[in-house]
Amino acid sequence: MSKKTNTIISAVLLVALCGFVLILEQILPSTHIALTVLKKSCIYALLAVSMNLLNGFTGLFSLGQAGFMLIGAYTYGVLTIPVAERASVYQYYDGGLIQFAVPVFVGLIAAGAVAAIFAWLIGLPVLRLKSDYLAIATLGFAEIIRAIFQWDKLGVITNGSNLLRKFPTFKSTLFPLIVCGICIAVIVLVINSSYGRAFRAIRDDEIAAEAMGINLAKHKRMSFCISSFFAGVGGGLLAMYQTSIQASTFKSSMTYEILLIVVIGGLGSVTGSCLASFLYIACSEWWLRFLDTETYIGSFKVPLLRSGFRKVVFAVIVMVVVLFYRKGIMGDKEFSPARVHDWWQKKKAKKNAGKEAAQ
Amino acid sequence: MKKLAAALICATMCLSCVATASAETVKIGVFEPASGDNGAGGKQETLGIQYANEETPTVEIDGVEYDVELVIVDNESSTEKAPTAASELVSQGVSIVLGSYGSGVSIAASDIFAEAGIPVIGVTCTNPQVTEGNTHYFRICFLDPFQGTVLANFASENFEATKAYVLTKLGDDYSAGLGTYFTQAFEDLGGEVISDTFPDGTADFTSYITTAINEGVDVIFAPTSTEAAQLIISTASSQGVEVPLLAGDTWDSNVILNAAEGTNLNVYVSTFYQEGANEEFDANIKEWINSDSTNLSNNGGDDTVAAVTAMGYDAYYVALEALQNAGSTDAAAVNEALWDTTYTGVTGEISFESENGDANRDTAYVKVANTETAAWDFVAEQGVQ
Amino acid sequence: MDFINRNLPYLLAGISVGGQYALIAIGYTMVYGILRLINFAHGDIFMVAALVFVYASASFPLYVSIPLTIIMTVILGFAVERVAYKPLRSAPRMSVMISAIGVSYLLQNLALYVTGGLAQIVPSIPVISDSIKIGSATTRVVTVVTPILTIVLVIVLMQLINHTKIGMAMRAVSDDFETSRLMGIKINSVISTTFMIGSFLAAVGALLYFTNYPSVVPTSGAMPGLKAFVAAVFGGIGSIPGAVIGAFIIGICENIIKGLGWTTFSDAFTFALLIVVLLVKPTGLFGEKATDKV
Repeated sequence: MSKKTNTIISAVLLVALCGFVLILEQILPSTHIALTVLKKSCIYALLAVSMNLLNGFTGLFSLGQAGFMLIGAYTYGVLTIPVAERASVYQYYDGGLIQFAVPVFVGLIAAGAVAAIFAWLIGLPVLRLKSDYLAIATLGFAEIIRAIFQWDKLGVITNGSNLLRKFPTFKSTLFPLIVCGICIAVIVLVINSSYGRAFRAIRDDEIAAEAMGINLAKHKRMSFCISSFFAGVGGGLLAMYQTSIQASTFKSSMTYEILLIVVIGGLGSVTGSCLASFLYIACSEWWLRFLDTETYIGSFKVPLLRSGFRKVVFAVIVMVVVLFYRKGIMGDKEFSPARVHDWWQKKKAKKNAGKEAAQ
Repeated sequence: MKKLAAALICATMCLSCVATASAETVKIGVFEPASGDNGAGGKQETLGIQYANEETPTVEIDGVEYDVELVIVDNESSTEKAPTAASELVSQGVSIVLGSYGSGVSIAASDIFAEAGIPVIGVTCTNPQVTEGNTHYFRICFLDPFQGTVLANFASENFEATKAYVLTKLGDDYSAGLGTYFTQAFEDLGGEVISDTFPDGTADFTSYITTAINEGVDVIFAPTSTEAAQLIISTASSQGVEVPLLAGDTWDSNVILNAAEGTNLNVYVSTFYQEGANEEFDANIKEWINSDSTNLSNNGGDDTVAAVTAMGYDAYYVALEALQNAGSTDAAAVNEALWDTTYTGVTGEISFESENGDANRDTAYVKVANTETAAWDFVAEQGVQ
Repeated sequence: MDFINRNLPYLLAGISVGGQYALIAIGYTMVYGILRLINFAHGDIFMVAALVFVYASASFPLYVSIPLTIIMTVILGFAVERVAYKPLRSAPRMSVMISAIGVSYLLQNLALYVTGGLAQIVPSIPVISDSIKIGSATTRVVTVVTPILTIVLVIVLMQLINHTKIGMAMRAVSDDFETSRLMGIKINSVISTTFMIGSFLAAVGALLYFTNYPSVVPTSGAMPGLKAFVAAVFGGIGSIPGAVIGAFIIGICENIIKGLGWTTFSDAFTFALLIVVLLVKPTGLFGEKATDKV
């Protein structure tokens, strides 16, 4: 299959996906769980892909995702709350310090930009560290950022421990789908550029990469900042999704959750991350919910089912994937029409070969 | 293997999509945490709702007898999980929702309910922002500004307190809000406040208690979740704290009683309901809790009736009342009917004011933990002048 | 004198919590020394130990429930290593760490399911949970017992590592994994022993810690676990005395910061310290200088 047909079919598939969502929105009531799950999984797809860029493509094991999301969410919230509503949101801080509001898209870009600036600053010292030390240092930074944002002395900006709300949000599922789609497309462009090849060279062998003339510090910092930029945008979108922002949601467990999505999808696969985030969100918050309620089939009480069981089953599934399907759904491959085509051809060839052998 | 997995996923999808709707059923959503920071309180609140449902499982709407089915979802005490939990309720086609324990999750889910046109009765979410500026969120409990003022008044009247130590949890809007209102009221009364915050996951409260002792405060105010409360009480007792400990409605729980049992502490709480105020209700619900081991463990291992349980119980009847008044199971009609719904429950007279749908409540009960019998003793009914 | 009276309680609290962090930190440092793995699940093993104790003492007297708790925790540590880490021995380091995060997630969710999300009150152990007066400060006996017990256990452990055959094997494995395997050391049993020792100390630490702070929830282990890890890094990862000293320093600093009124940043401080140490002296206080092998 030629490259051109591949691109065309991919584009058609993406448009079909948008169309499908559009139709879904028309037939389902706007608050149907399927749409809520779709919204959330779009956002998580972006977050997972941005984490994948760092962990899967550049080989930097960072656990600071939740911290950058928090920065993004707060930047978005602080900048976009309408001036008229500020008095009620910042009720403990006399309406807060900032008395202007920017449009949604400016807010989202600012969310990414501020996260990227923080990433640049944090990257200066931490990116010198290797593998697990880097992981624990970024985890530490995320915790420090959380403490700072909750500090009541900064309450005039961050509203301290209280919720930020009343900022503009989205109603249609298409909004996160398209915004995340564009962001992911940008990340894919980066991955396929010469920078992306440099990132992969660093992942595969730092010393060899350096010998090839790749500036390690520069490329690592770049990957870190790009990843954080999109984590920030994702944080802003997540804030829109949950219509309120509270720093205490952005715990390290959130980072772990996204990391697990990346692993389930396959480290180094963008389509894998997207697929995995839908499966992860749908399973954990929708399909497996029945495990939480005590169920009777006739008079027989199904054993073990009670609140909390869903999470146990889910954790076991995750563990099984981590241990036995280490490559995740997609490994480091991408889903593309060309690949499906090849796979189909191969299967056919195999079948034919089998037949011939039988004869 | 892959086929099996696919089949399993399909099966679960079907299971979750098929709604078991029959013509004669009305669904009431229960939007409560069963895990996370507020899991313990959420479960006690749910217990009250479940008990009320068992007591009155049917309702007559417009001459037709309906079975009431509770749809319970766990919002995990997290604003990030709350929207999907709320959507699940909406998808199940509930006519009205009760909950949640904890204001943050209520605010996060509010828009989903608003969009679906489903009214919600907040049972014990005390943050003013829950109902502010919307017409679908109601609540039957009092608000934080009221509670904070009540406690500040109580501290200054009963203990002649002039210096208070306020300990709140970092990043917890309930804790921070109540702390702020208490501080405001206490300072208006001429008192001095020293405040501290503790981060999530703190187990070691020694230093905080030491600071309170060193500062020579007259009263310690700690509006926190029950988990932190246990540790605060245990630390305070081992350090020999003599001044009274004060807290809001969250501390009205048998968890606190058990922790305070056998110590020399004076633990005061403000709350919605006084155990023993309605003996018949108390006796029946205790029997019901004791009859089932799951209920007993959800209630924290014994049969002390928490105020949140009584509130949950009342909330259920308010919902039934609203359904009857509406004469229909249509959510919009129920929403309309709620404004004029009144009900006299075990926690007192319940009616909604016409602007935000907050409860008209002007008194709180103050109770003290009896450290010998592990029960609450009634102290005073406190209002705001 | 007044100054001492005012600040003694902070210091005591710091020493006590430092001792408990030390017992957890040893588990981290030993595992890291041998496998180069941050065992994220270690904090959760600590939490499970407390839960086992809660349930064991509900049906057995103390002299049964305490040993039972320790044995169960050791078995858990062993099982976690066999199930979640051993199959990944030749996998990249990132996979093993993700597996560790997975185990931590599983243990927390299991605990959530078993406890039903309610905080469990840990029964008090007589004598060590009584109050005593030291100078002007009132505290629990466990505050005094913890540092002593910690130091005794560390001395025993050091003897074990320096003077027994298994100890020698451990040192060899942590020095050079591949060569010691070639030398005929049974790597798997050495690693299992390391996990069992780590879990044993975590169980003892849990008994002491939760005597002081008698409430356990599924996430109880996360924070102490992270702080103990920081202590291990601070002291020089792989070094047992380093981990102990690091833990005491962190415990004391944390409480001094709270005493100064910077309560918002008491946790943040620990992480800031970690980052500073990693940047200034990545090998920690007592760590050996590692050369990067190509």
